[in-house]
Amino acid sequence: MKKSTAKKILIETKMNYDLNLLQDMYKKMLLIRRFEEKAGQLYGMGQIGGFCHLYIGQEAVVVGIQSAQIEGDSIVTSYRDHGHMLACDMDPKGVMAELTGRKDGYSKGKGGSMHMFSREKGFFGGHGIVAAQVPIGAGLAFAHKYNGNKNVSITYFGDGAANQGQVYESYNIASLWKLPVVFVIENNKYGMGTSVNRSSAGENLSDRGEAYGIKSEIIDGMDILAVRDAAIRAIDYCRTGKGPYILEMKTYRYRGHSMSDPAKYRTRDEVDKIRKTSDPIENIKSLLNKMGVEEKTLKDIDIDIKSVIAEAAKFAQDSPEPSEDELFTDITIN
Amino acid sequence: MTIEILMPALSPTMEEGTLSKWLVNEGDSISSGDLIAEIETDKATMEVEAVDDGKIGQLLVAEGTEGVKVNTPIALLVDSSELPHATIKKIADKPYLEKEKIPAKPFNNKPISIEANSSLISVREALRNGMAEEMRADKSVFVMGEEVAEYQGAYKVTQGLLDEFGDKRVYDTPITEHGFAGIGIGAAFGNLKPIIEFMTFNFAMQAMDQIINSAAKTLYMSGGQMGCPIVFRGPNGAASRVAAQHSQCYASWYAHCPGLKVISPWSSKDAKGLLKAAIRDPDPVIFLENEVMYGQSFSCPDDEDFLLPIGKANIEKEGNDVTIISFSIMVGKSLEAAEILKDRNINAEVINLRTLRPLDTDTIIESVKKTNRVVTCEEGFPFSGIGAEISALIIEKAFDWLDAPVKRVTGKDVPMPYAANLEKLALPQVDDIVSACVEVCYKD
Repeated sequence: MKKSTAKKILIETKMNYDLNLLQDMYKKMLLIRRFEEKAGQLYGMGQIGGFCHLYIGQEAVVVGIQSAQIEGDSIVTSYRDHGHMLACDMDPKGVMAELTGRKDGYSKGKGGSMHMFSREKGFFGGHGIVAAQVPIGAGLAFAHKYNGNKNVSITYFGDGAANQGQVYESYNIASLWKLPVVFVIENNKYGMGTSVNRSSAGENLSDRGEAYGIKSEIIDGMDILAVRDAAIRAIDYCRTGKGPYILEMKTYRYRGHSMSDPAKYRTRDEVDKIRKTSDPIENIKSLLNKMGVEEKTLKDIDIDIKSVIAEAAKFAQDSPEPSEDELFTDITIN
Repeated sequence: MTIEILMPALSPTMEEGTLSKWLVNEGDSISSGDLIAEIETDKATMEVEAVDDGKIGQLLVAEGTEGVKVNTPIALLVDSSELPHATIKKIADKPYLEKEKIPAKPFNNKPISIEANSSLISVREALRNGMAEEMRADKSVFVMGEEVAEYQGAYKVTQGLLDEFGDKRVYDTPITEHGFAGIGIGAAFGNLKPIIEFMTFNFAMQAMDQIINSAAKTLYMSGGQMGCPIVFRGPNGAASRVAAQHSQCYASWYAHCPGLKVISPWSSKDAKGLLKAAIRDPDPVIFLENEVMYGQSFSCPDDEDFLLPIGKANIEKEGNDVTIISFSIMVGKSLEAAEILKDRNINAEVINLRTLRPLDTDTIIESVKKTNRVVTCEEGFPFSGIGAEISALIIEKAFDWLDAPVKRVTGKDVPMPYAANLEKLALPQVDDIVSACVEVCYKD
């Protein structure tokens, strides 16, 4: 088969997707992108302090996976967590107000960018220590299995975390006990400033599951439909009691590791090239165009999202700082 | 030539054991390496091998005898070429010990008065009963750790739990403290109530990040959303002759950190009442046991709802002249010291802290106001220890009530040595407490 024919079939297959679903995914990705751009801007204005790790470029991963989840599934991730929270339908106002350290933030201003949670939405953080969320995610899966419900745990971590010992301690136990956990490696090529090639032995991070008998796949994390399809396979595998599953998402972050990272370890060209050729939002946008969605509709979506973000930013700046009494609350429950 | 086969020591803390079964008969020829008996220690049932070749002349201890002291002769071995069986028989006419039941060793080897609706049980049994009762009452409680299920617990604390509750409630883990501590924390975030056993708290160092950063801090960082109802328990402090990496008191490490509750029981009553309270508590609890205490027996309430309040100390002995403040194994040593001090006309008050965080400040300060002299007592290192904290607390809250500077009795500021004499020097002894009390009472 010629390459062009193969590509045409691929596009046709993609065009079989439900248009509403595609539009929803597009909206969510755009919401994350615009949210992160605004967060970057507020950081520059001194409204957000500390560390702030943006998700720009990686949006397809979390939105694609989220589209395959059901009510009651749990999600846990690292400190690059704003996208995951928005994907879980957490309120952008509450997330942004946490970034600004205000009383209406999800953690009442006591957690900040890296530490937010919503039990209601199944989002279990937001963890600041590289890879600490991995055994926690396996533990959430343990609880699903223990309670005999059909839910799964989606446990995200980056390529940097993939070298931490506790990841493999978790793989071992998850596989031994057949825990319903999808380990999602968001491989954005750099653990802070060190490229995967310089930090990680072996061909692929996902191959490391093989030693534990864990099935894995490598997915183009810039292609949301590929992400969604893989997530459906992986989640179904876990939900039916077969044990854990690894998805290695090849993705890319456009911004530095955090706001204070000048990103000198890679060239501007490298970033621009990926932005031009594989941007996950542009990808789905062009698909929507091909499926006949008018430019105006897409523009309206963008306008709507911008206003949601503007409102969130305003809310986050207007919300008062937490009362001084909050210093001594929530240390223990009783 | 007759050789005495002696009761062997089969664990670092074993002082006596049960000769559960002879695997040889009198008159049997044996070679070195042959199994001759099964001996039950405080930790496990072990098979004992012969060291020398020969013929079993006589079995000196009957099968089933409990409380056989280490180094007691249990059999006589003769050179099979030297003596015929008949001659051997005369060496000893009757066994040293008839089969008899020696009750578990009570604290201080003194008779203990058993309180109403209570039984004399070991700390080990009290811990196990506490867990079993809570597991019966609440299906979300489960136990996880190394060797807790099929092996029945490295120190037998979880003995019988697998049989009663099955493998959906009692989990053997691989030797990966960091991993299973994190899995326990995740399960607790998922509304279960895990009891995580560390074989000893020395190994919990591997899991320190999860305990501190995930279990202790997440409630605060989540603005109160993410409670973590988990108990981390296991032996803490010095065992016996296991050297520096296996002999450390971590009380002040954990007590340092907001978000944790830290409990360290002394008696069986403490063990049961506090462990049950810890399991029911919605917060992460560090439960520091002591291996040496596991085999000691105390009166312990039978009630399945017997709880002791977290954060409340207990005055084990009232006195007027000096307050000894201690926890865990040092409570017993403090009580022994108090007995000795009576002869010197010093009437010491002994406080068993029971909980280290939150600390029962009121009980401490009230006692200081009564006695005006304080000796703190712990196995841990002195620097930034529990005694240092208590001393600072007293200076801040009751300085004007003091008639002497607070004196600390602690482990020495050295890694624990292996040699028996050095180990003894490194650990605080009863005499050290006595001397410290005499000193603060200005009676030396």
